[in-house]
Amino acid sequence: MNTHTDNPIALIKTRQAQLVKALNTVLPDHALLWEPEDTIPYECDGLAAYRQMPLAVALPETEAQAVAVIKVCQSLNIPIVPRGAGTGLSGGAMPIAQGLVLSLAKFKKILQIDPIARTAVVQPGVRNLAISEAVAHHGLYYAPDPSSQIACSIGGNVSENSGGVHCLKYGLTLHNILKVRAILMSGEVVEFGSLAPDAPGLDLLSILVGSEGMLAVITEVTVKLVPKPQLAQVIMASFDDVEKGGNAVAAIVAAGIIPAGLEMMDKAATRAVEEFVHAGYDINAEAILLCESDGTPEEVAEEIERMTEVLKKSGAIRIQVSQSEAERLKFWSGRKNAFPAAGRISADYYCMDGTIPRLHIATLLKRIQEMEKKYQLRCMNVFHAGDGNMHPLILFNGSDEDEWHRAEAFGSDILETCVELGGTITGEHGVGIEKINSMCVQFSESERDLFWAVKAAFDPKKLLNPDKAIPTLNRCAEYGRMRITGGVLPHPELERF
Amino acid sequence: MTQSFIQDTQEAIHEAIQSKGLLRITGSGTKDWFGAELKGNPLSTKNYQGIINYQPDELVITVKSGTSIKEIELALEEKNQQFAFEPPHFGDNATIGGMVCSGLAGPGRVSAGSLRDFVLGAKIMDGQGQVMNFGGTVMKNVAGYDVSRLMPGSLGTLALLLDVSIKVLPKPIATATLQLEIEQQKAIHTMNLLASQPWPINASCWQGEQNGMLHIRLSGAKAAVESATNSFKKNLGMKLLDPDEAKKFWDSLREHQSDWFKSSNHQALPLWRFAVAPTSNPINLPGSTLIEWHGGQRWWQGHLDAAAAKAIAAKAHGHASIFRSSERDLAMLSSLNDNPLTKALVPVQERLKKAFDPHGIFATGRLA
Repeated sequence: MNTHTDNPIALIKTRQAQLVKALNTVLPDHALLWEPEDTIPYECDGLAAYRQMPLAVALPETEAQAVAVIKVCQSLNIPIVPRGAGTGLSGGAMPIAQGLVLSLAKFKKILQIDPIARTAVVQPGVRNLAISEAVAHHGLYYAPDPSSQIACSIGGNVSENSGGVHCLKYGLTLHNILKVRAILMSGEVVEFGSLAPDAPGLDLLSILVGSEGMLAVITEVTVKLVPKPQLAQVIMASFDDVEKGGNAVAAIVAAGIIPAGLEMMDKAATRAVEEFVHAGYDINAEAILLCESDGTPEEVAEEIERMTEVLKKSGAIRIQVSQSEAERLKFWSGRKNAFPAAGRISADYYCMDGTIPRLHIATLLKRIQEMEKKYQLRCMNVFHAGDGNMHPLILFNGSDEDEWHRAEAFGSDILETCVELGGTITGEHGVGIEKINSMCVQFSESERDLFWAVKAAFDPKKLLNPDKAIPTLNRCAEYGRMRITGGVLPHPELERF
Repeated sequence: MTQSFIQDTQEAIHEAIQSKGLLRITGSGTKDWFGAELKGNPLSTKNYQGIINYQPDELVITVKSGTSIKEIELALEEKNQQFAFEPPHFGDNATIGGMVCSGLAGPGRVSAGSLRDFVLGAKIMDGQGQVMNFGGTVMKNVAGYDVSRLMPGSLGTLALLLDVSIKVLPKPIATATLQLEIEQQKAIHTMNLLASQPWPINASCWQGEQNGMLHIRLSGAKAAVESATNSFKKNLGMKLLDPDEAKKFWDSLREHQSDWFKSSNHQALPLWRFAVAPTSNPINLPGSTLIEWHGGQRWWQGHLDAAAAKAIAAKAHGHASIFRSSERDLAMLSSLNDNPLTKALVPVQERLKKAFDPHGIFATGRLA
């Protein structure tokens, strides 16, 4: 009789001992953690509601070490969860119970900056903002600016295809990187993309970006840098009606203007942030729009005038234009602090990330208002209005189990409404573990099968972050059955998947 | 029409599976010369045309793959919008499907981005006749792998593109083109230096041997184009081109109808494309070179050994391919096998193709 199969704890201990022994031969002592007190900081990422302890955490310092770690896992059939700064909001870096966390935190060197070619070669653990800081003296910056940019790392940005408040004009991570060096699960080091404008074969870089650590482990990223605009100015416009605000967004785009940033906040969000940062927001407005222009001083003056005209025509009741860089940053501070502001007025908040066609912004907001009544929870809305990417923040108390389950159901309801309105369940935060059930709603069985086949093309043994982003057929079948009973999951205490 | 097209195509696919046949997806055939030699029975999209949805406010258009680019560009023009990557047509009836699956872009690519950057979603039919949707019509979408962005440049070897959603942009308010006679090495440096500064530069082109002519196109807000024009005239000694002449210049460049390209067509010389790191030194080949995309795309005409072309490109961190030639073989096309760091991706790419097309009915080998 095999005692391992009879006793799951013994099995885990044996697997752990096996893994640690093998990794000890390829990593220095300080680069391997396996005692629970050492690995507990890795049990979750930015989505703290979902936690799992790994067998061990490897922190290689060189690419050769990372290759060796991957080869060990490949031979022992141990799943790997790659991890950057751990700021992700969808649980993409949450460990797998019998798996290894492969942290790239020690890969934090900026290897090369070429101001004329406008490129920087960086290791994956380099923070997003650190790139812009390092090239600022050349008058350049790295454009994608997710809200977590002071902490999040570029490897994670590539894995999630991160956006930010300026991506309407400057694009997502995909549009701002040239080349990625990575390790396949076979242990082979490869390059995706090129310093040239394109690369031979299929566009594999496109499929790697946003693949949530499921296809390869990134060890180096060549990013594009763009010249820093000479000037940026932001308009803050108030509306007495959310629909008017939503229509103003469409009107700006229809007028042929692509603002550098176009953000909207509803009344609940405005009040919460104003109390927190005192940015001078109009707390009586039903919606506030922040509309930024950047470029040469002449260009900005011309664009601000055109934007102001459109906003007035769309029914803005108050318009303020930043008159200095300090004032511009003050106007933005509210939007940038929306998440901590939510944290101030509620014990916990659950941030959603659906995207919808802009014309449905008002419809979705109305549906969310109805859901607030249905689930008996408050929700404040901040969003990247320019690209229809919504971040409803559902406020709840995490110590009340029932509230958490209502918040989860509320979130799923919002996401399914986004799909119904022609949008998607995630614009920039990724599917991770959090939205994996909603993938069953957005994609058909054959589409999900193709995703699995894509994964298998890179990772035939399915060892790289295998339980994230793409749901299995069984999982979707189970989710379908549960939904029939009506929104709130029965027996949420049971482990189902 | 849609339903019968879908059904007919599914039948054709099932038949090809049974007879172990090969299907060559084609639109109007304007780019038949592109990629490896043609193989397989044509599977045409010409009965699958039309705009499905165009919402100028949403900056997206969804079209059927057999629709002509010309028709779409006219619809965009009416709303003062455009495909900012400036796709070449290379023929009168070029289709959207051919545009996407060849993945080619024109002069504006250097500032606006590649065609792939603008693809938001696609409805495809795989090699088993299954219809699937990936991506969507929204600007930001990270649900699942970005499968729709594998279609650009796939040359019909993955799946049949049915519908595609593409991001569109407003036309710039103002444009201006300036020119300057300058040495090649200096031209490459100047293009990149200017691009590293906040000027509204939209396209660049240099052609010549040692010495040649640099063209720079500005586009954006009126005031920005004016101030850049004045500065480039004053500080670089550039000359402003007449707007009609400028438009002709960029259009004929995009379509390879300019004198430089015509001489190659005329003499039936092979046309080589070098995609390289933009700041690389001039490619060391005799005769005239045409440079676009701030140095990232370089054209050269003449007979050249494939291995030699590839070696030149590798030195400049890029790749070389025959673009147009009366004779072409696989060795003249760039491939993942050319670079030691992409060799290991060859089996990955093969497995990906199998994922879309397990019976190999689209395996025409057109993409090296």
